[in-house]
Order: sequence, then structure tokens, then C-alpha cells
Amino acid sequence: MTDRAYNFAYLDEQTKRMIRRAILKGVAVPGYQVPFASREMPMPYGWGTGGVQVTAACLTPEDRLKVIDQGADDTTNAVSIRKFFQRTADIATTEATSEATLIQTRHRIPEQALTEDQILVYQVPIPEPLRFLEPRETETRKMHELEEYGLMHVKLYEDIARHGHIATAYAYPVKVEGRYVMDPSPIPKFDNPKLSDSPALQLFGAGREQRIYALPPYTHVVSLDFEDHPFEASKAPHDCDLCGASDSYLDEVITDDRGSRMYVCSDTDHCRSRRAAGFTGRLGTPLATEAAE
Amino acid sequence: MTLMHPLPVAADSPLLAVRDLTKRYGSRIGCADVSFDLWPGEVLGIVGESGSGKSTLLSCLAGHLRPDEGEVIFATAQGPRDVLQMAEAERRRLARSDWAFVHQNPRDGLRMGVTAGGNVGERLMAVGARHYGDIRARATDWLGRVEIAAERIDDRPSAFSGGMQQRLQIARNLVTGPRLVFMDEPTGGLDVSVQARLLDLLRGLVREMGLSAIIVTHDLAVVRLLADRLMVMKSGRVVEQGLTDQVLDDPQHAYTQLLVSSVLQV
Repeated sequence: MTDRAYNFAYLDEQTKRMIRRAILKGVAVPGYQVPFASREMPMPYGWGTGGVQVTAACLTPEDRLKVIDQGADDTTNAVSIRKFFQRTADIATTEATSEATLIQTRHRIPEQALTEDQILVYQVPIPEPLRFLEPRETETRKMHELEEYGLMHVKLYEDIARHGHIATAYAYPVKVEGRYVMDPSPIPKFDNPKLSDSPALQLFGAGREQRIYALPPYTHVVSLDFEDHPFEASKAPHDCDLCGASDSYLDEVITDDRGSRMYVCSDTDHCRSRRAAGFTGRLGTPLATEAAE
Repeated sequence: MTLMHPLPVAADSPLLAVRDLTKRYGSRIGCADVSFDLWPGEVLGIVGESGSGKSTLLSCLAGHLRPDEGEVIFATAQGPRDVLQMAEAERRRLARSDWAFVHQNPRDGLRMGVTAGGNVGERLMAVGARHYGDIRARATDWLGRVEIAAERIDDRPSAFSGGMQQRLQIARNLVTGPRLVFMDEPTGGLDVSVQARLLDLLRGLVREMGLSAIIVTHDLAVVRLLADRLMVMKSGRVVEQGLTDQVLDDPQHAYTQLLVSSVLQV
């Protein structure tokens, strides 16, 4: 069987219509989790089955796709999803944020500001922000319906009581347009401010949990906090060791067993383009020399 | 001793008026044709044997079960309203501001994975408190009022004894200053000395805050100590009601006489 034996972007047209209807409903009610009939995808749950279905439903032959995993274009998850759509949809791909029309992401928002021509698709493991406090789905649905969100603050209260500050560092709950409390997928809270008033359309797909939700462009998103413990977008207090960036989210890389470590941008495209522009960090060499080696 | 505390002066209408409340489970009767008035500051005891419909009645009043017939009229801040006709959002708002529900098993009323402070603070946060320092101060204050040491504020309820868990549940319920408290066997499952302390505490809090309460129990000692008025239920129907001491000292109905005479005397 050849790759062309598949319909464009793997899913059949009726499935894509069904997903598009869910997406439209999600866009109409920002932050509301729309149930959809999630399909089995040729990848395990937890690898982005929800994101892949949303991407498949949004793709057109003219699209240019970028896939990132924890900010990186070159990890297994990102590479295999990119290949999947290259084979089944025959679309162009890119690693440059600015050139992409559709970006599927796992756990990061690109450093470079997005535009109105772009769609950002998130892979979501657990769409329900109240899940670990209230295990009953019937009850959490009722809480969303009746806007009873006191419980979300109990989680933040527990953080402060135990750690002295809000220790939740990722999947930090947000309130959308003053209505729905939403799990922004496990992005670091450093990225939370980028959710708000973004010119790009943001779509969230949870395959196993069969939910889709959305933030239309320029939606107001507020991270929950206490008056005396305000929200803080935190990152490692270092500069990138390769490109010297002081304002990007960093990964910590342990380099030997004697405690040496380096900090590098988690957004590989951001780091590479900065190095190409001549920025160098503590351990970095200009990009041209590296290529020559 | 007929009234343990004077009724508030402004009490010219009942806080809760129940009319012909009926709940059927299929062809069986849960409770039938129950009517009573509860006045502000009054404590009403409901006693009866197992299966007599007292818990069904309490669940219907508190909105956990939907009765088949009848009215439950509560004196809200905006005037008397039939609770059963309210939208669910409104009823749940009432349930977390003006009402409180103390379960028999504290595990049903507490979040076992959340610290004592978080448990008490949840109701405050549910009605809009967003200042950590204030929430914590009020939680500490309430732990003190139910005789739980302030240094236990960051312990989980699973580390507490049964009596402490029950006291924590009471603190969690009373922190928002409700006007009406429903209690389902609040002392059930506790040993006698802990029961006595808990009753003492409850009596103090009810008086101090001027609470109205409806207490379901099969323990006549509990109602003797706490309740102003008493309702005796059998097979889903109210067979006798009146002032607690009157009913207990001079029971009229055959079943009440049986109930009173079967209390063990030490």
C-alpha cells in the first residue's frame, strides 16, 4: 500500500468534519471543553493523538507545518509527527517559527511572537484542570457549568501552605475571558502570559480524554493567583549558554557527573536563529564555525 | 428548661418552612407529608429508628435529593423563596453560603488529600476570598474554635483522629457564617467521651453564632442536649412533635414511648 492510499492528512473527510465542528464550537465558547469522537491514531496515547487529529482537521495542501516537542524541532515526537504529515498529506514543513502557518506543539509556546496567519495546536494529556482535586467528571462538569471555581484556588493554597510560594510550575490554571477555568496543557508558567491576547488561533486537542478546546485570537487569559501571592512567570535565573538570550525559557542540561551543567534555550529555532544572527553565549561558538567542523 | 437561648427579636417569620414534603422511592415511601417551621436560632432534632426516613428528609431539605411533592421555603436575604423552585446555580450558591451540611462520616464532608487549612479555606475561596493571608488567618481562628491546635493547620485530615476530623468538618462548614446547619448523625461513630466533648462544642457554637440547625440522630441524649424542638419519625411519617423536654418526658405516641423507654440507663 502506498502513502497515497490514505486520504489527505490520514483522517477521512467525515471525521475531519466532525472535528472541525468541535473546533468551531470551541472557538465560539473560549475555554469550554467540547467533547468529540476521538479516533484511534497510529501512535500511542500520550504522544499527541489529540493534537494530531486537530492538526489533520485544520491542514490544507498549502499549509507549512512546524512540529515542536518541549520547544525542540528535533526530538522523536516532533520528528515522527512531522514525517507522518509529510507522508499522508504531502505538505511543506519548516523548523522556522515565522515561516510556519500551522504549528503543533507539545508543552511550549514558541519564543517568537505569533501572527494572525498562524494556528497553534497544543497536545493535551488531561484537559480538566480540576481533575486532581475532584475526580468525578459529572461534578467537574457541573462546576464549570455553574462557574464554581473556588476549588482551583485550594490547589494554589496548598502550594503556598507547603512550599511558601505557588510551586505549580507547569499546567498553571488560567481563566478565559472571565468565564471558564482552563488547563493550558503542560506548558511552563513562563509561557502563560503569551496565551493572552495572542494574534494566532490556539487550539487544544486531548485524544484520550476526547476533548477539544480553543482560544480565539486576542482572547483575554488570566493566570489564577492570590492578591498577596501574585502570579509570576518564572524561568531559570540564567542566560542561554549557546546564544546568550536572557529572556527565553531554558532547559538545564547536565554535562558530566561532577555537577557541571549548562542552560540552553528550550526553543531550538529561537536559539539557532539568534546564533545565526551572531549572538554567542557562555559556552557557545558562532554557528558558522560549528557547521565547518 | 424549655428554650436554651432567647430567639432573636427580628424573628417574625420562620427561617425554613416545610410543607407536605414527600419523597417516594418507587412505590415505597421515603418520607411523607412532613410539615414544620424552623425559626431563626432554633435547633430542631429529628429522631427515629433506622429506615424511618430521617436521612431522606434531611437530604430533601438540603437539596441532595429531589422530593416528589411539597415546598421548602427558606428566608433568603431577598425574602422567602421556595428552594425547590430555584435554579440549580442559585441553590448551590445558597448551599455554600447560607447553609452547611455536617456528614456523619467526616470523610464524606472533608477533602482527605487537602490540608486542614485548605479544607477550612475552601468554603471561603468558594465565596470569593482571594487573599492567602486572610484565608489562613480565618482558618487558624476556626481551628482554635473547634479545639484543634494551630500547628496542625498543614496536616491532612487523614492524620487526624475521628473526633478531630469531625471537629474539622464542623469548622469547615461554619467558617462562612451560615444561618442554617444540617447535621446527619454528627456524633455517630465516635466514642462516648469524644461525643460529649463534641456536643459541648456544638452547643457552644450554636448559641454563640445564633445558628438554626436541623439534627438527625437516633441518639436521644444528643437531642436532649442540643435540640429545642423534636420531631419523631416512623415509617416515613412524623408521629409526634413538640418541645424536646415535653416529648421526652411525656411521650404521647406509642412509638415515642417505646423509644424513650428503650434508652439504657447506666
